[in-house]
Amino acid sequence: MAKLESSFRNMFLSLSLICLTVALLLAQVNKMTATPIAEAKAMKLQNAIREVVPAFDNDPVAEAFRMADGSGDSLLVYPAKKGDELVGFALNSYSNNGFSGKIEIMVGFDMEHHIINYAVLQHAETPGLGSRMTEWFRDATKPGQSIIGRDLSQGALAVTRDGGNVDAITASTITSRAFLEAVNRAYAVYSGSREDALSGATVATEKETEGMTKKGGEHNE
Amino acid sequence: MNKQLKILINGIIKENPIFVLLLGMCPTLATTSSAINGMSMGLATTFVLISSNAVISLLKNVIPDMVRIPSFIVVIATFVTIIEMLMNAYVPALAESLGIFIPLIVVNCIVLGRAESFASRNSVLSSIFDGVGIGLGFTLALTLLGVSRELLGTGKIFSQTIYPEQYGSLIFVLAPGAFIVLGFLIAIFNKLQHKKA
Amino acid sequence: MEYIGIIIVAIFVNNIVYSQFLGICPFLGVSRKVDTAIGMSAAVTFVLTIATLVTFILYKGVLEPFNLQYLQTISYILVIAALVQMVEIILKKISPSLYQALGVFLPLITTNCAILGVALLVIQKDFNLLESVVYAVATSIGFGLALIIFSGVREQLSLTRVPKAMQGMPIALISAGIIAMAFMGFSGIDQLFK
Repeated sequence: MAKLESSFRNMFLSLSLICLTVALLLAQVNKMTATPIAEAKAMKLQNAIREVVPAFDNDPVAEAFRMADGSGDSLLVYPAKKGDELVGFALNSYSNNGFSGKIEIMVGFDMEHHIINYAVLQHAETPGLGSRMTEWFRDATKPGQSIIGRDLSQGALAVTRDGGNVDAITASTITSRAFLEAVNRAYAVYSGSREDALSGATVATEKETEGMTKKGGEHNE
Repeated sequence: MNKQLKILINGIIKENPIFVLLLGMCPTLATTSSAINGMSMGLATTFVLISSNAVISLLKNVIPDMVRIPSFIVVIATFVTIIEMLMNAYVPALAESLGIFIPLIVVNCIVLGRAESFASRNSVLSSIFDGVGIGLGFTLALTLLGVSRELLGTGKIFSQTIYPEQYGSLIFVLAPGAFIVLGFLIAIFNKLQHKKA
Repeated sequence: MEYIGIIIVAIFVNNIVYSQFLGICPFLGVSRKVDTAIGMSAAVTFVLTIATLVTFILYKGVLEPFNLQYLQTISYILVIAALVQMVEIILKKISPSLYQALGVFLPLITTNCAILGVALLVIQKDFNLLESVVYAVATSIGFGLALIIFSGVREQLSLTRVPKAMQGMPIALISAGIIAMAFMGFSGIDQLFK
């Protein structure tokens, strides 16, 4: 087949045809992958929750609600239930004071103010320094730096340099401070949620949920 | 068949996109902080290279010369978007760590370069082999760079510990290490080539 | 204050070349002489700012409302390619002197991943229009800084004796690595502007 010459008609036709085919193809692939992408996202959230709270049999994502943190913002709270009994809360907390911006974590508490576990969802800290927070604060062999099992009702967590009793990551004090700030923020919200849950004040929480769902949509990009 | 094999080898060694042509440096430096990242980036680019080479060589006669470049870019961008969506769907963790460099395959000079200099003048079969060859050359280079950086920086290869982590030098995983390791790898490649010649 | 933070981070802390690895091809390609480096940086600043502005409006005005986010890459690259052509034509008409200075660099810019990279990044970072433009300008200043420093180093390198296998690209890359190390010293500096 001879090569088409570059007349206006030919150029116009071939370009429009290519663009049309491409648009249709992409729309199709987009449709095909939309569900798996959404599922993958939901899985990531589910796994993070599963990691930080005791075994549960409800759907924490469906029962999630927002709760004010006392400093003008609110956090997403995922209640974990076994049967009808509350066994813990997972909280999606954050700090804007990381070494390179925002740090987002999922942290879980049992019903007695103890930290069960945490998972770092998002961060931009220096690899090999600040990024070690993903494991540093839950190294069971080093009680000085592990925050697992700590009881936060005895006071907020702080690094040793600030008079606390958590060993900061070597050479990454700023990251450590930010991380603990996020944990403390989660705890503030946790104690509010826990009291509400224990006193059966579900009405208040539901109201809160409604008011906050809109905000939630913006928050979770 | 012999000819196709030659095209394949050509892409891997003689015209290795990284070590010889020095093209596509951005993803090369940015995504090779670990061996697995480097390899995945290479494979994603290979997929785009093969598909766009095949399609462009199929269409080479119906695309008028004057709109050649925009048409190529549209074809390439399509395959990039497809691989991006597929990775988001099936390997989300990997997609996250490669981040913005997946859509940036579009502006990887290798892909457009091969479309223009090879696929638009050769048969479909040869173009596919060229895509495989260049893609593999790119992947090998990226994996090698990733392996070197991961090993020097953290003492691991593909997350398998080779020596204790504290003896690693972190700088190789960070930005400066990318430049330095690539510089040395190209120097070694040069040396070997000179010896052969 | 917030804008100062964005500017400092974009120029020094997350320098587009030394820490984000965008725009490496022109960085290595046109950094042999300081003069060309300055010309290239000016052209990039010009196109990057306009491209970010246009793609931002395209995304917020068309792609997002109609749920067409999956066409982002393809539409951006077409817009950028068209824009570069347009800038070239307009410059030729209205300011021949500027065209002469920047002209040779313009066609190279379409495949400069810094342009597409920044256009995609401002969406990812959830910036508003003004922040995006500030970020684009600061990023191009960072690019210019990187390019001009590096071309100065390379001018000196060309006068030194280097082992044969290391000549050209290898020694240039290693020098870039050392400059990148210096830039790492800036990290955390944005804490001062909070």
